[in-house]
Amino acid sequence: MIALGAHAEFIIAAYVGVFAGLAALIGWTVFAARQTKRRLEELGDGQRANSSAQ
Amino acid sequence: MNGFWSVLSREIRLSLRGGGEILTLVLFFVIVGAVVPFAVGPDKALLARIAPGIVWIAAFLAMLLGLEKLFGPDRADGTLALYRLADIPLSAVVAAKVIAHWLTAALPLILASPVLALLLAMDATSFWRTVLSLLLGTPALAGFGAIGAAVTVATRRGGLLAPILIAPLSVPVLIFGVGAIAPTGGPDQAQAAILLLAALSLMVVVLSPFAAALAIDWGED
Amino acid sequence: MTIDTTPKMTWWNRLSHPGQFVALTRPLVLPLALLTGVLFAVGLWYGLFSSPPEKYMGDTVRIMYVHVPTAWLSQFVYATMAVSALGTLVWRHPMADVSMKAAAPLGAAFTAMALFTGSLWGRPTWGTFWEWDGRMTSTLVLLFIYLGIVALWRAFDDQLRAARVVAVFTLVGAVNIPIIKFSVDWWSTLHQPASVFRADGPTMPGEILTPLFVMFFAFTFLFITLQLAAMHTEVRRRRITTLERRAARGDAR
Repeated sequence: MIALGAHAEFIIAAYVGVFAGLAALIGWTVFAARQTKRRLEELGDGQRANSSAQ
Repeated sequence: MNGFWSVLSREIRLSLRGGGEILTLVLFFVIVGAVVPFAVGPDKALLARIAPGIVWIAAFLAMLLGLEKLFGPDRADGTLALYRLADIPLSAVVAAKVIAHWLTAALPLILASPVLALLLAMDATSFWRTVLSLLLGTPALAGFGAIGAAVTVATRRGGLLAPILIAPLSVPVLIFGVGAIAPTGGPDQAQAAILLLAALSLMVVVLSPFAAALAIDWGED
Repeated sequence: MTIDTTPKMTWWNRLSHPGQFVALTRPLVLPLALLTGVLFAVGLWYGLFSSPPEKYMGDTVRIMYVHVPTAWLSQFVYATMAVSALGTLVWRHPMADVSMKAAAPLGAAFTAMALFTGSLWGRPTWGTFWEWDGRMTSTLVLLFIYLGIVALWRAFDDQLRAARVVAVFTLVGAVNIPIIKFSVDWWSTLHQPASVFRADGPTMPGEILTPLFVMFFAFTFLFITLQLAAMHTEVRRRRITTLERRAARGDAR
């Protein structure tokens, strides 16, 4: 790690905050995708979801 | 045009028949303004300085309070569905309701503003400026209110949602409204604020009935 | 061009069919995710290790590499939502609804990050976490609008009906955002002494522009990837609602 100068804590806080936010966003997207996929399979529509109309 | 006037007079008659409602709104407006000195202390110089902001916030909150009455009861008793089928456009009905809303929810507040001016130690010039800026700015609040009420009318729990939606949109109204009273940048800036406030109000009053009518119409199917 | 009125699977038709849309764009998600990952790795390496401190701001300039992209996205996502709202209102494009709904929480998140990094940047450079400066204030108002839109989506049970109402509100917001921006700028110049730092100052040298551009594309591609994934999820969620309703009807009979 390089020295970040006098205001290192602000820089680190900004990066940590943003990447924690991004991780939460990605995690939430993946979680929602998995959840809906599982529910579709429970309803017996695993493969047809991509091919059938509403 | 006939339908427009009959909607307008129906709305006004309904809110006058309620009787207490307008009085309650005025009371709310005065009480919000009168509570502030208890929170910040009875320092007259300070109160006179922040009075424009207090009056505007009180008016803003009081106008938010009446929003649920705008379309909610009409939707509950089916009148709104009839309006959609009427031979005048829905936007004309909404325009009539916006005007009625302004007459019953904003005009009484402006008439009651001398009480607040007295309590908050305003001088005569800034009082007249306040009346002018309220007259020019509240139509915009009524228009935004109509949009907020229209997009939430079809939801089950729209009550708190409409104020949340329109508060950010109303930021320019508050800025120019207070700017017109308290000329922090000199008198020519106050003049500019008055003109901008009038322009904003005109635009919102003209466009909001169409947006609100669209939201009501498409939220109903 | 010949005039042919038989329904055909043009790319537009395929995009407006939810199942076809998913089938068409599903293969894009993984490459986009990989590209985003690579861009982030390169951008972070440049931003944190391989770029010199700036002449006036020192190392705090590194906050800019996460601040400017999120600030850009806070407006770009709203533009995406406004275009989707037009698609819903004018063409009744089914995927426009889905895109509008997927974008709202992403936009709120990026706007919150822009405010967060902005205030962390403001503390060392302006000496305060929060300044009622024109740009910060209008970004805060934008965050409130995003959160209002998310709340409006959640207030409806029927998502197809919600889409049209939200589209109207999104466009009202889109018309208002420039007015809000103008009024806030007017207001903050009145209330502020001119001593506050203006960011546009000196032109930026190349070694600062490189990480900025890389991070800019990394964040933008991240948004596109997440938007596509969220849209696929939303299509599936609607399919679930349809199936559940059908099942409930079948049980009742």
